[in-house]
Amino acid sequence: MKVNIPTPLRAYTKGKETVEVSASSVQGALDALVLTAPELKKHLFTEDDKLRSFVNVYLNDEDIRYLPQREDTATTEVDELTIIPSIAGGSAYSSKSPVPLSC
Amino acid sequence: MASATALPETGTELPKLTNEEIARYSRHLILPEVGIEGQQKLKAAKVLCVGTGGLGAPLALYLAAAGVGTLGLVDFDVVDESNLQRQIIHSQSTVGMLKVDSAEIMINGLNKNTKVVKHNTMLTSANAMEIFKDYDVIADGTDNFQTRYLVNDACVLLGKPNAYGSIFRFEGQASVFGLPEGPCYRCLYPEPPPPGLVPSCAEGGVLGILPGLVGVIQATETIKLILGIGEPLVGRLLLVDALGMSFRTLKLRKNPECPVCGTHPTVTELIDYDQFCGIAPPASVGPLEVSSHGSVDSAANIVDGIPQVSVEQLKQRQDAGDRPFILDVREAHEYAIVNLGAPLIPVGQLSSRLNEIPVKKDDEIVVHCKSGGRSQKAAQELKSAGFTNVKNLAGGITAWAERIDPSLPKY
Repeated sequence: MKVNIPTPLRAYTKGKETVEVSASSVQGALDALVLTAPELKKHLFTEDDKLRSFVNVYLNDEDIRYLPQREDTATTEVDELTIIPSIAGGSAYSSKSPVPLSC
Repeated sequence: MASATALPETGTELPKLTNEEIARYSRHLILPEVGIEGQQKLKAAKVLCVGTGGLGAPLALYLAAAGVGTLGLVDFDVVDESNLQRQIIHSQSTVGMLKVDSAEIMINGLNKNTKVVKHNTMLTSANAMEIFKDYDVIADGTDNFQTRYLVNDACVLLGKPNAYGSIFRFEGQASVFGLPEGPCYRCLYPEPPPPGLVPSCAEGGVLGILPGLVGVIQATETIKLILGIGEPLVGRLLLVDALGMSFRTLKLRKNPECPVCGTHPTVTELIDYDQFCGIAPPASVGPLEVSSHGSVDSAANIVDGIPQVSVEQLKQRQDAGDRPFILDVREAHEYAIVNLGAPLIPVGQLSSRLNEIPVKKDDEIVVHCKSGGRSQKAAQELKSAGFTNVKNLAGGITAWAERIDPSLPKY
């Protein structure tokens, strides 16, 4: 199945927009994803392997937090996972911004 | 059609259109979905644009063109040459001017009847409710997480719709938050990402037209809310990918546990959003950027265990013949713009390329990036990898260009 990687995280997938994984559940797909792109792990999971609260994962157009079986939801080859990051950009990455994002 | 509407049913009469206005808005008036009454609603409407940057620029211009009667602008910044790549509400002739003043010139050039209310201030927990209360729709076009949460919470607390837009490089997001029947920003993102995990200027930048695309979507949603037509992006998140030129919408749910819009809210007034986002408030003295990343030991000028070197100190030492090893941790495309001749290992690759560092573990290393944030992170990484004498060049190559070698370009 296809996992769609948002721009901010593509630095950890060698620039790839989508990563093909084979998995039978959402959790399986995420595990397979971080196996192929180990650098992604700390951006998606906490140290005790829970999905970070600011990372949203969608199975097709549904937020997995609202699926009855959440990460354990079964998936097939035609499903798509999409990772939705928090982005804050809007007016500028201005050096005059009172609180720069992180650089 | 179930449509959210922004205008309270006050029973007050809508303002009449003058003959001049009827001529001006004729292409609206002949649309049955707008018509005279819709145009009158636009004239009565008050919209607040939070930020007059990339998103706020097209947003405010289209709202003015469409006949929104009152536009509030919140911005404390001044126009910089580098803004003009995308912030089309400003112009070459207004560089250096306050953004709210510059925007007013362009807005009133487009529509002399638009009433512009200028809020030349930083939006804070102390002033947000007072500023927001007079507006029907709030359009959030800010650039940092603190203000995103602040705008969201103020909108939820006041029951006002928030036409949300956000951009990053080639990607955008848009939605309408804050209406009682729909989810809010916190339902989507309960917590902000910790500083440092957020993609930084290493991956930053934005395609100039992208805020145009997303800002116009915000303007469209704002106008639909005012007119009460169509299906606003309530409960939906629009994802825009400018490179693939694809648009997708995802379902957003109202989180019953949401601390601000849920059934048992715990956030019932505005909070300290710098603290919530794990960021120290802007310091009045000292290196702003560094102080936002951790505890600053001002006496020794050590931040989180990393000594900070000023560009003046480095220059002085170099002039005296003392040349510590300098490492540039920016990206290759930034190096191509300007560099100090130091070897380059981008911060994201540092852990796997430690063997390329040509000095011994106890030798001095001065790390630099564009403005000091990434190099601080890199210095900490080097320190934990066993390098014992790692320093951060405060202010980075930007400070070098500003204070040591003004012949260098700044970006």
